[in-house]
Amino acid sequence: MPWDRNQMAERAAQELEDGMYVNLGIGIPTLVANYVGDKDITLQSENGMLGMGPFPFEGEEDPDLINAGKQTITELNRTSYFDSAMSFGMIRGGKIAAAILGAMEVAENGDLANWMIPGKLVKGMGGAMDLVAGVEKVVVVMDHTNKAGETKLLKACTLPLTGTGVVDRIITDLGVLDVVDGGLKIVELAPDVTEDELRSKTEATIV
Amino acid sequence: MQKVYPDAKAALDGLLRDDMLIAAGGFGLCGIPELLIDAIVESGVKNLTVASNNAGVDGFGLGKLLDTRQIKKMMSSYVGENAEFMRQYLSGELELEFNPQGTLAERMRAGGSGIPGFYTKTGYGTQIGEGKEVKEFNGENYILEEGIFADLSIVKAWKADDTGNLVFRKTARNFNPPAAMCGKICVVEVEEIVERGALDPDHIHLPGIYVHRIIQGEHEKRIEKVTTRSREDA
Repeated sequence: MPWDRNQMAERAAQELEDGMYVNLGIGIPTLVANYVGDKDITLQSENGMLGMGPFPFEGEEDPDLINAGKQTITELNRTSYFDSAMSFGMIRGGKIAAAILGAMEVAENGDLANWMIPGKLVKGMGGAMDLVAGVEKVVVVMDHTNKAGETKLLKACTLPLTGTGVVDRIITDLGVLDVVDGGLKIVELAPDVTEDELRSKTEATIV
Repeated sequence: MQKVYPDAKAALDGLLRDDMLIAAGGFGLCGIPELLIDAIVESGVKNLTVASNNAGVDGFGLGKLLDTRQIKKMMSSYVGENAEFMRQYLSGELELEFNPQGTLAERMRAGGSGIPGFYTKTGYGTQIGEGKEVKEFNGENYILEEGIFADLSIVKAWKADDTGNLVFRKTARNFNPPAAMCGKICVVEVEEIVERGALDPDHIHLPGIYVHRIIQGEHEKRIEKVTTRSREDA
């Protein structure tokens, strides 16, 4: 059985170590926060917050307290706030240990595309380009194939890039792959997923 | 030194002209200068270039200035929440200069700090880096980005004193300080103007030197995405 969204998030949480400052992207990466367990992790929200708490109880939403996905959230007793310039100062300055992001395409050399589909979907990169350029460890969490069943792990990205050679590890519904010299290396397979199946759904070179 | 004005229209008097560059604070709908945006709509000024992380939503925030076609160009990092924006952009009616979010914030901070350009790794090797100077530092490639020098800054803070010292609240701070810094003139709307001395000098987020005009007003503070958890799960 391939992993579902929550299992992918649970697997991604294993990438996080005690004491890390971490930025989680929108979508499946957001779910990673549910699986950090006892690890002392400080979540950064790039709109200007370290120490992001869970969603508020109904009726306690604060319009001045949102995450980068524009969702209402809460603060913790460790929380600090700052402006966007400082927020990206810490991102660009390499202070954030890990970023977990979604993606449209990843190439075998670590190129990442996740911000636009020309002529169709023009939303913008938000903070993704800054994150992949500045954060030490970039982990992509995404489905192995798109809705049309086509692989998202390519020899070269076809969509406009978010960053070049920036991805370190990819967690998909089929398994875990690392970006290494010459291509991608299989680190782990989801339960009952065979290496043949993963290879058949991957265009990128597997070494 | 009289910085306090009765309302948004009065605070913007004499400052607006067609084709100007305005830097606006806010992230999504959080911490946006909604009263000043309304007054700019009312003024009818047009062909504006607006540097703002987002473009509001349909019918609220900067979305209002898009509905009235007063904006010629946006400088933003993410515009995904606004159907009218998308329509105008895809039909070629609206110019859009995408800026990575941190690059946009730093361009504002730099402009406000007298720094006309800086090198960043962000965007190297992507569309964003095309046509920009590349320079190598310690074996890595960086692109040259330019500071933003706006004609006008419009900003939302929580509290101010009458000298313009500002305090922001939680994540509503976001782009407001860098946006405030980069304008020749900065107009700020706050929820409360307090007596001098009521703000702890050690707790001022942005000193009044950056602030030229201030208004106090009622804010709608609309929430873009209400997300909650149930008490049973806690």
